Amino acid sequence: MSVPAVEIHDMTVAYQRRPVLWDIDLQVPEGKLVGIVGPNGAGKTTLIKAALGLTPLASGKVEIYGKPYNEQRHLVGYVPQRESVDWDFPVSVRDVVLMGTYGKLGWFRRPGKSERETADRCLEQVGMLPLAKRQIRQLSGGQQQRVFLARALAEDAQVYFLDEPFAGVDAATESAIVELMQTLRSDGKTVFVVHHDLQTVRDYFDHVILLNMRLIACGPVETTFTNDNLQKTYGGRLTILDEAAEAMRQGDSIR
Amino acid sequence: MIGLSLYYKVMLGTALLGGMAGVAGTFAVLRKRSLVGDMLAHTALPGVCVAFMVLGTRSMIGLSVGALISGLIAIAMMTVVVRWTRTKEDAAIGIMLSTFFGLGIVLLTDIQHSEHTGNQSGLDSYIFGEPGNMLTSDLITLAAIAVVVLLLVFALFKEFKLVSFDSDFALSQGWPIAWLDYVMMAAVAVVTIVGLPIVGVILMAAMIILPAATARLWTNRLHTMVLLASMFGVAAGVLGTWLGRGLPAGPAIVLVAASIFYLSLLFAPQRGIVSRLWGESQLRIRIAREHMLRSLYEIVETQLPEIPPVKLATLQQYRHWRPWLLKWLLDRCEANELLYETDDAITLTPLGVRRAAEVTKTHRMWELYMLEYAGVAPRQADKAADHVEHMLPESLLLELETKLKEQGRLPTGLDALPESPHALAGDGEHGSSGGPR
Repeated sequence: MSVPAVEIHDMTVAYQRRPVLWDIDLQVPEGKLVGIVGPNGAGKTTLIKAALGLTPLASGKVEIYGKPYNEQRHLVGYVPQRESVDWDFPVSVRDVVLMGTYGKLGWFRRPGKSERETADRCLEQVGMLPLAKRQIRQLSGGQQQRVFLARALAEDAQVYFLDEPFAGVDAATESAIVELMQTLRSDGKTVFVVHHDLQTVRDYFDHVILLNMRLIACGPVETTFTNDNLQKTYGGRLTILDEAAEAMRQGDSIR
Repeated sequence: MIGLSLYYKVMLGTALLGGMAGVAGTFAVLRKRSLVGDMLAHTALPGVCVAFMVLGTRSMIGLSVGALISGLIAIAMMTVVVRWTRTKEDAAIGIMLSTFFGLGIVLLTDIQHSEHTGNQSGLDSYIFGEPGNMLTSDLITLAAIAVVVLLLVFALFKEFKLVSFDSDFALSQGWPIAWLDYVMMAAVAVVTIVGLPIVGVILMAAMIILPAATARLWTNRLHTMVLLASMFGVAAGVLGTWLGRGLPAGPAIVLVAASIFYLSLLFAPQRGIVSRLWGESQLRIRIAREHMLRSLYEIVETQLPEIPPVKLATLQQYRHWRPWLLKWLLDRCEANELLYETDDAITLTPLGVRRAAEVTKTHRMWELYMLEYAGVAPRQADKAADHVEHMLPESLLLELETKLKEQGRLPTGLDALPESPHALAGDGEHGSSGGPR
């Protein structure tokens, strides 16, 4: 059997010693659309950020195609939450998409003609080419999301992590994103998506990761996205785990 | 350079400082760290004094090193305070800034009173700035630092842009964002420190913030912003030196920079206050004009293609107008040959009918859309359409038109208009019995 696209071993993540993810273990094969589902505060965004090395791991490791994440950065694309940046920043739509090519360009080199062509192709893919010269402040929420997607496409990755791409976007953008995910899948890419709408999980994804501070289940939607598992994910907070985390935080700050 | 008179040396020096402050300041402002400069400037004072006590001379490099060390100590202490206590960052900055500045003033007074009676030290120039003390060696130091800052920003432009805009994304690509941040802030720090004897610790922060904030008003492109900021900085230096003869130079330079900022705030395109007010009033005028044309159209609609004159009184009944505005609008439309006025009546010209028909069509398409798709109550549709129709881009209108046509909701034919979905205002006479033609 081939190497899994993403493999996470015994991963625990803590913010200021308060654990937010406990002992996550999962494998996802190549070419799947993976929904990350769970209640608020379940650690969905943290899972993505930890997998991308944006949040330090308290323990465990992340492997992309069988190698440590640090060696495989060029295989990974990232779409952060829209609210994470200042949309009044003085750059154009095309500038933002060009940032996707910076990783492969490396130090000191400027984006040139071929990078601009890549950027325009990616903008075309999300239907934003006519707005390439716009200042990013003039975009609607859905358009901002498309720009971020185009930037991730410009990274030309194998594995994509999308943090709540459907949050606050219009219907047209939502279906454009779904279409794009399907194109990516048919190109053999693996796409992780933090997702809130349980109604659409079956339609959009092949795999699902059910999360509530710990891993509830991970696997194909048909066998994993069951009432039983959903009950476990959403049915009441795990008070003991919560209290344990709180105790660890208190132990740190009260001396 | 040796041959320059002091006056031109000073002007050159302040121009160099302004230029590099603009460049470094752009990134400080965009990274929302503009107070770093302020803090560094104020907390540098005790370092300057201690360095003077140790060295015994007023050499720019020596004192700058002292300034930098005490500034860094303050930043480190602030970080520790924020990390280990419940004091928030803004409070911690305030605490460190005032503590160090107070200490600096005490040391400064002490130096002036004891060792160098007659105020030989020239250290008080560090408070309000005094470029008149500028030596040729200082000028060379300034030039060298300006070159380094410019080269740095030129070489790392792409990296700085990325980290300033989206540091998480930069980190996901493997960029050492902490180091890039340090380098950016180091540039701000160095520029701040060399600027201290020229502009003074109190006002130096303004040199970092003002040119960059001004440039932001004029452009939406980062590279243009950097260029403009350095130009505004140079202008502040040169004009401040020129206008400020006989005044303390630091305040003069900062006031020039501030004047450029306020002028830009008023007159910059798009972001300037004047252009915003202008745009808004243009929109209001357009809305009023469209309302008037639509009213005229609806009044004569049933009798088309005849174009009967409309009594002014009828128009005034039809919709509420401010008399002066109505008069002004009518005059303007007459000048554009959309209508002509006689004593107490108005007649649309054929061109006016066409314009009015367009406006009315837009309005009715929106009403239809709101009724059918957005589920707005018929009484509300008119008002709701009023709110949006004037703001719409043409492309959206076309889309709407196509959509309504596909649904068979629009009559075909060149000038055909959909019927109004509700009874028109005024009285029953103006009902929509006429229909499209």
